[in-house]
Amino acid sequence: MTRKVLMCGNEACGEGAIMAGCRFYAGYPITPQNELTSYLAKRMNETGGVFIQAESELAAINMVFGAAAAGFRAMTSSSSPGISLKQEGISYLVGCELPCVIVNMQRGGPGLGNIAPSQADYFQAVKGGGHGDYKMIVLAPASAHDLLEYTFLAFDLADKYRNPTFILGDGLLGQMMEPVNLNLSIKSHHYDKPWALTGCKGRKPNIIRSLLLGDNVLENHNKKLQEKYRVMKDMEVRSESFHARDSEIILVAFGSMARIAKLSMELARKRGLKVGLVRPITLWPFPDKAIQEAVEKTKKFLVVEMNAGQMVEDVRLAVNGRAEVDFYGRMGGGIPSEIEILNKIEALV
Amino acid sequence: MSVKKKPSLRGAIATKQSKKEIASGALRPRNDEVSDIIFQRPDSLRDVENHYCAGCGHGIIHRLICEVIDELGIRERTIAVAPVGCAVIAYDYWDFDVTEAAHGRTPAVATGIKRVRPENIVFTYQGDGDLAAIGTSEIIHTANRGENITVIFVNNGVYGMTGGQMAPTTLAGQKTSTTLEGRSLKREGYPIKILEMMAVLPGAKYLERVSVHSAQEVMRAKRAIKKAFKMQMDGKGFSIVEVLSMCPTYWGMTSVQAADRIKNEVATFYPLGVIKSC
Repeated sequence: MTRKVLMCGNEACGEGAIMAGCRFYAGYPITPQNELTSYLAKRMNETGGVFIQAESELAAINMVFGAAAAGFRAMTSSSSPGISLKQEGISYLVGCELPCVIVNMQRGGPGLGNIAPSQADYFQAVKGGGHGDYKMIVLAPASAHDLLEYTFLAFDLADKYRNPTFILGDGLLGQMMEPVNLNLSIKSHHYDKPWALTGCKGRKPNIIRSLLLGDNVLENHNKKLQEKYRVMKDMEVRSESFHARDSEIILVAFGSMARIAKLSMELARKRGLKVGLVRPITLWPFPDKAIQEAVEKTKKFLVVEMNAGQMVEDVRLAVNGRAEVDFYGRMGGGIPSEIEILNKIEALV
Repeated sequence: MSVKKKPSLRGAIATKQSKKEIASGALRPRNDEVSDIIFQRPDSLRDVENHYCAGCGHGIIHRLICEVIDELGIRERTIAVAPVGCAVIAYDYWDFDVTEAAHGRTPAVATGIKRVRPENIVFTYQGDGDLAAIGTSEIIHTANRGENITVIFVNNGVYGMTGGQMAPTTLAGQKTSTTLEGRSLKREGYPIKILEMMAVLPGAKYLERVSVHSAQEVMRAKRAIKKAFKMQMDGKGFSIVEVLSMCPTYWGMTSVQAADRIKNEVATFYPLGVIKSC
């Protein structure tokens, strides 16, 4: 059954959080994610949740830290410059193994940049923008409906692994209005949180900490975290492929760029060109296998991004020299059109 | 005080004569009647080795908080937020739920906890670097929102954990590892009186400055801490107790000199007493 409503991506993201049982949100105004903040101000009030407009991004992520430590599903969101400010908090959340969801509706950078859509925060999200060795599952939606569904899923993934989950969107996805199906095919699960701070009635006190002094204690903690990331890598890879087994050129793109690249693929195929597409949905863990399966059948990859070439490095690692990997991208809010990509494809054939 | 049995680790044992009589020295306890415990480690304080320097005030303040929590019967409801600084491992001392927080973000973390668990008693424990430098924004806005939490603000005028650097609260002329010739008001600016700053905020309901440099002041400090926790229990809003505390190590003094310095110098700049109560 479908129950379709028209909403922008930012609102869909907020509704996904509400549907997942998120009852704590703290954020700070920044374009292009303000619709999400406004939407949750309204919806948290309606659902008996907590909405706080924080004094800064730093405060917002640390309020989320507190709510997560207390065992509640909590979320914060921002856009690129604000996400830079949240990096300290993200590192602490990971170190303390606290589940929460963090959303980045990316805009052009570096610096204050502009408010146009961008994918230039790929490295920051995927490689770890905060200090220390850590990983988060990074989901890359490509539509308003994806924002609803992936945000809903993100809370389960966060609780399952006791780790923040990151949604890497962009200003285009956040602000574009599309029909969204509110009936999801996936279910939300309950995870016990015996580690949460509730007051120590009837049990020994719980301590949430990332400060681990003493010989090898922090090293062992890191080994435990790395083991967790290894399990995530085995279990949580998500991607979709189109014509990946019968194409001479495989496009690789994520998020909004994947939608545009899909149009380019369709245009190219109409012109008789054998073009396919791999769309990573989890940017970490990266879908190496989807790329490697495509390597068997193709000679060339064309990675398309709204940045100077970031995910292309992960594609090259997966391809490992077995095929040619080309790149086309635009920066600072520039969005490659389907025709630009088609021209690039034709030049490569 | 004479005791029949050797005092246990948990405290001294005295006779059945009233605690008040014994404390006042008016009556000598009889050796043959042993029962009442008049001084012991609070339940909320763990039986662990102390890592603080000799003469440091943190141990006293940790203990006062635990005594208050025991007396109010709220140990099983309490959630504390520990700072970054000398008290970073406060959770090793406290026998209730505790979380760490990034440097200065302590009140933001406490806000998150209290908003989702309003039935719990939430307090932060912060030093002067944590609260008055890197976390100024968080403390001011948490107070301004009128969050129903309690803040214990330990002001010893230096960054102890990192080697005695100047703090925002360091007094004029005070030598630290980053003000070798003493804090120059022209170069480093003025010591910050956070409580006086916060007093203008309608959201801040109870602000008191106390000290732990003498037995009398320790008792006053305990009363203030107890009042601050009671304010929270009664839902009255944001409360903060600033505790002037000794750091003999980075003041380059003996413990006695450090206590005297609070009385003669620090408390004259940072006057003790209730700054605001409503």
